[in-house]
Amino acid sequence: MRRWRGFGLLARLGPLALALVLLAMPAFAVEPDEILDDPVLEERARHISAGLRCLVCRNESIDDSNADLARDLRLLVRERLLAGDADSQVIDYVVDRYGEYVLLKPLTGGTNLVLWLAGPLMFLGGLIIGGLFVRRRSRAPATASAALTEEEQSRLDEILKE
Amino acid sequence: MITELGHFALILAFFVACFQAIVPLVGAHKRWSGWMAVAEPAAVVQFLLTAGAFAALTWAFVNSDFTVRLVVLNSHSLKPMLYKVTGVWGNHEGSMLLWVLIVTLFGAFAAWFGGGLPPTLRARVLAVQAMIGVAFFAFILFTSNPFLRVATAPFDGQDLNPLLQDPGLAFHPPFLYLGYVGLSMTFSFAVAALIEGRVDAAWGRWVRPYTLAAWIFLTIGIGLGSWWAYYELGWGGFWFWDPVENASFMPWLIAAALLHSAIVVEKRESLKAWTILLAIMAFGFSMVGAFITRSGVITSVHAFAADPERGVFLLMILAVFMLGGLTLFAARAPALQSKGVFALISRESALVANNVLLAVAAFVVFTGTIWPLIAELFFERKLSVGAPFFDLAFTPFMVGLALILPVGAMLAWKRAKIGRALRQLRLPFVVSLIVGVIIYALQSGGGLLGPAGMFLAVWLVIGSAVDLWNRTGRGRNRFARLWRVSRADWGKAVAHSGLGITIAGVAGMLAWEAEDIRILKPGLSAELAGYTVTLREVKEVEGPNYLATVGVFNLSQEGRQISTLLPEKRIYPVAGMPTTEAAIDNGFLRDIYVVIGDPQQGGGWAVRSYYKPLANWIWGGAILMALGGALSLSDRRYRVAAGARRSGGAKVPAE
Repeated sequence: MRRWRGFGLLARLGPLALALVLLAMPAFAVEPDEILDDPVLEERARHISAGLRCLVCRNESIDDSNADLARDLRLLVRERLLAGDADSQVIDYVVDRYGEYVLLKPLTGGTNLVLWLAGPLMFLGGLIIGGLFVRRRSRAPATASAALTEEEQSRLDEILKE
Repeated sequence: MITELGHFALILAFFVACFQAIVPLVGAHKRWSGWMAVAEPAAVVQFLLTAGAFAALTWAFVNSDFTVRLVVLNSHSLKPMLYKVTGVWGNHEGSMLLWVLIVTLFGAFAAWFGGGLPPTLRARVLAVQAMIGVAFFAFILFTSNPFLRVATAPFDGQDLNPLLQDPGLAFHPPFLYLGYVGLSMTFSFAVAALIEGRVDAAWGRWVRPYTLAAWIFLTIGIGLGSWWAYYELGWGGFWFWDPVENASFMPWLIAAALLHSAIVVEKRESLKAWTILLAIMAFGFSMVGAFITRSGVITSVHAFAADPERGVFLLMILAVFMLGGLTLFAARAPALQSKGVFALISRESALVANNVLLAVAAFVVFTGTIWPLIAELFFERKLSVGAPFFDLAFTPFMVGLALILPVGAMLAWKRAKIGRALRQLRLPFVVSLIVGVIIYALQSGGGLLGPAGMFLAVWLVIGSAVDLWNRTGRGRNRFARLWRVSRADWGKAVAHSGLGITIAGVAGMLAWEAEDIRILKPGLSAELAGYTVTLREVKEVEGPNYLATVGVFNLSQEGRQISTLLPEKRIYPVAGMPTTEAAIDNGFLRDIYVVIGDPQQGGGWAVRSYYKPLANWIWGGAILMALGGALSLSDRRYRVAAGARRSGGAKVPAE
């Protein structure tokens, strides 16, 4: 097997290279032998998998990852579905075992409220501040028609000189 | 020898930057013209020295000098020449050198074309830019020196990460860095203006070309990166809300906001303090990006090797510049009074809304990116924030932006009549509504995403066209006059249409893509959205530095042969890494995307085929956005040189 000659180096680099291989493995996630015969069930499995994190990967769902652990989790999800679990039961089952870390969509409870409300609250704040600013600008003529400040006067002179 | 010269040039550049950071600043304060004037030659010398250092490192890579540690770690004598060159920035140290090279390039640019700036402002801008240079020179020299030698040179190198050996990824970092670092220039302008205590229309005009250029480069860089992910990672995803992607997306959003608010400063002398704040934040987000990518604090798919020491150093740079900038801002902002007066219904108000939406969108991305870190540090909750969160939390703001965009773009400055704009937009609105409804009726499943996306896309594209048409005035010969409309107006229409095209691509692809996963033996085929993908044979091929398994597929539709697809599975023995090379049949309305996987026990290969509707529209839209930006940048009024010809505090005529 001439074409495997390069792998001596891989063996020497050991775990680091292996970890790199795992991380950078081109994703070939869902394998043909995993797919359930029932297309509706399979569709549900894919949907659930897309929201579960591959624990040994960086920010990839088990649906996208080809790590062995992701495959185990995908099979587990399908097993639970075949056993008749509802989608939420499957997710609870996985969270019970691996913690909320596996959820790509964080829970809304507790301190996570901050995360979920940050956007809407900031938007509200932005609207209020922006609205106040616009209102002040639209009412400004009354003050602006008053005498120029010293600074403005000097600037006007400067412009007129040019 | 050349390596040592490069190292020496870098050290000299560091000292020149130190000099340039102090002397002109003192000069500007004391009004000593000689002290101010040294900033320009210093900026040029700094750039030439850094370019010399970069050239020396490139030379080491090109000649495979395996006495240099970085070359050993990231190159190989058999690697194609293109990737030997791009390997220079395919690693932490080299990419930092590229980063600082661009910092000095922008500094030199400001020196060459900053002739029209008031001398004190120019001296201060260059001094602040040099301070940024000092920080990053020190970072490179003390923590990430690319010029280190190895004691005994190995026979050959360890090769570049094969994922990086690809044209899309090879050229994506330089564009991104041009974008990130371009924002350092707007930061320098903002800080210099705060020191001067003066922000006026002229300032808005000077800072806009740099912001625009940075935004264009970021657009191209992000587009290239996403295109690369699409064809290289093997399942046709184009955006993953990965921390590193977010790191480039936040500055893009802020730069887009800054771009628009700088127009208000320039044309209406309003929104000054906000614009300055955005300019500071934009560079802040760039540095947050550098920190996220290089510190390893937030893990991601393609972070560089994590190193806490470097992380702390970068965090300190970030803290110093942000604290400094924001303190200065707090002290001086009250003095930046808005001058322009405008009504509730006006272009100014619309741009305020644009800024609120873009800034909040960037803030949402930021919160989502750092939340896992905060939750773990302060609440001891180990959790993930992934794509489902961002899809939910980010999308509404983009939808809102797309909805108000055509209306805002039509409003007049100062005081507008909403009725007039809405009347003119009746046609685009009706057409886009019809398109949305027809698509909703015709599609089989997919929900609202597809129709809503198409509605927004048509609304943006036709809305921009109507706006452009309005610029031709009244009467006859409007088509002829279309070519005389200013490039800035063309740029606006093209960039806004580009946003629409990208929205169409994203929505179409997410709503209607189809996938088929099965085991194929030669002669068998898969059916997918009306197409037939047939496996003819599988062969082994040897590349320059890899071995490949190539699947030969026929793509046909209703018995008609369309093309031959050759997906590969490569192994790079030196780096010990496999990669997939998907085969894609590109089309205007769809891509067919085929990937070959592992051989199966019972014979045959695992094959994934995808039908990706409107895939190319995503990047087509990005190209249009960049092109629109470039058109606007080339407008006579905004050219950097035009600013140079103008004298100092010249008042900018209204349109």
